[in-house]
Amino acid sequence: MQWADYYAQWKTIMQGGGDVTFWQEFFVKFYQAFIEADRWKQYLNGVGTTLLVTAIALCIGVVLGMLVAVVRTAYDQQRPGQGLTPGRVLLWPLNLVCRVYTTVIRGTPMMVQLMIMGFVIFKSSRNLTMVGALTLGINSGAYVSEIVRGGLMSLDPGQMEAGRSLGLNYIQTMRFIVIPQAFKAILPALGNEFIILLKDTSLLNVIGGKELVYAANGIMNRTWEQMFPLMGVALIYLVLVMIFTWLQGRLERRLRQSDRR
Amino acid sequence: MIDVQNLSKSFGDHLVLDNISEHIHPGEKVVVIGPSGSGKSTFLRCLNLLETPTSGSITFEGKEITDPKADINAIRRQMGMVFQHFNLFPNMTIRKNITLAPVQTKLMGQAEADDTATALLRRVNLEEKADAYPAQLSGGQKQRIAIVRALAMKPKLMLFDEPTSALDPEMVGEVLEVMKELAQEGMTMVVVTHEMGFAREVGTRVLFMDEGHILEQDEPRAFFDRPKEPRTIEFLSKVL
Repeated sequence: MQWADYYAQWKTIMQGGGDVTFWQEFFVKFYQAFIEADRWKQYLNGVGTTLLVTAIALCIGVVLGMLVAVVRTAYDQQRPGQGLTPGRVLLWPLNLVCRVYTTVIRGTPMMVQLMIMGFVIFKSSRNLTMVGALTLGINSGAYVSEIVRGGLMSLDPGQMEAGRSLGLNYIQTMRFIVIPQAFKAILPALGNEFIILLKDTSLLNVIGGKELVYAANGIMNRTWEQMFPLMGVALIYLVLVMIFTWLQGRLERRLRQSDRR
Repeated sequence: MIDVQNLSKSFGDHLVLDNISEHIHPGEKVVVIGPSGSGKSTFLRCLNLLETPTSGSITFEGKEITDPKADINAIRRQMGMVFQHFNLFPNMTIRKNITLAPVQTKLMGQAEADDTATALLRRVNLEEKADAYPAQLSGGQKQRIAIVRALAMKPKLMLFDEPTSALDPEMVGEVLEVMKELAQEGMTMVVVTHEMGFAREVGTRVLFMDEGHILEQDEPRAFFDRPKEPRTIEFLSKVL
């Protein structure tokens, strides 16, 4: 007999109220949650979307976060007494925009932001997965900006001074000297943010984004069985996070080569 | 070479430099000494605008650098600076530390900058450290690298901000030796230091600063042998 035959046979017994062993029941529920009707493909699709959304949101978040952090640091670091240059005049409103952005995004729940984006701003959009990715990216940017800002501020001001004293301009000094060192310092915090982002993609299913939890939800509604789909989804997230943590560790070891003595 | 007119600098309510006027001629080795908090470092840092003066003007080779329109990056390329805490870039090899600025400011191509770095490293006997990272060097080695990093930009003037104050006593000598050689080659130097021996031996002029003023100045022999101001006499009696 094939697995499918056992499944059909034991399931019939269970539906008739007959006695099955613990392992027979376990097998039936497992088969039903993952194998019956090729349901594993739905989880796989969900994982694909989850990873895609995470990647897009991460890119948006890192770019936004860096921009906001650089603007806010540049604004805080300017020295009084050099008059109003065009750069300074521009920096003031930019800084204000950045502060409003971080305040609003960090001050409202992720779920509410998703619902506002999905049901109000992009009401007529059919591509809810991308709307979700955009929302997550904007949300993540606010947190990343604070992480990056912390990294930029933690660096010895002497590094900036040394760069500038050699005749490099502000942007060159940031690009070659300050940001690479700050990046190394903030990598653990950034990894943390990435993990949170990966798991927050599960919220997308409230606006109908077709990610991993959405797949599990669909299966639960068909089979009236919650434990196996939910455990399966939890396990998938756990494995994804563990893989990522391992990759991050490798990157950290590589960046640490200048520390050897 | 540098002309300082009525320079004042305050941090908040605290007046650090009080109306200083001074002129530094080409080839001079000006040594600035004085007690902590007297404004020596601030004075030096104003010269390349790492500190923005509150009032007054600074002119470098005929160009007023305190003018908001002055290209401060172009001016700083002609002034090297050496810091108390070296400020080498820990994420780069020694070679990269030296070549970064000349290449990025388009003073040299990468190949020429590499050759310059090799030549400069040979000069301070640290050729074999080209591919090491700063964390692998001793304090004295770091400071010698910091000096040649500044020299790679071919500056017309070198500013030294307490270059030996963060070093183990054993390593002070090797750094002063490099500075002496530099002085003998005719480099214009402004040095803030507590090394009275260096001031006496290498300096062409000694400035004594206290509470934001240049209280007294003279050529080193006269300065150390016959100080005039009571505050100078008191300071020298403690440090010599």
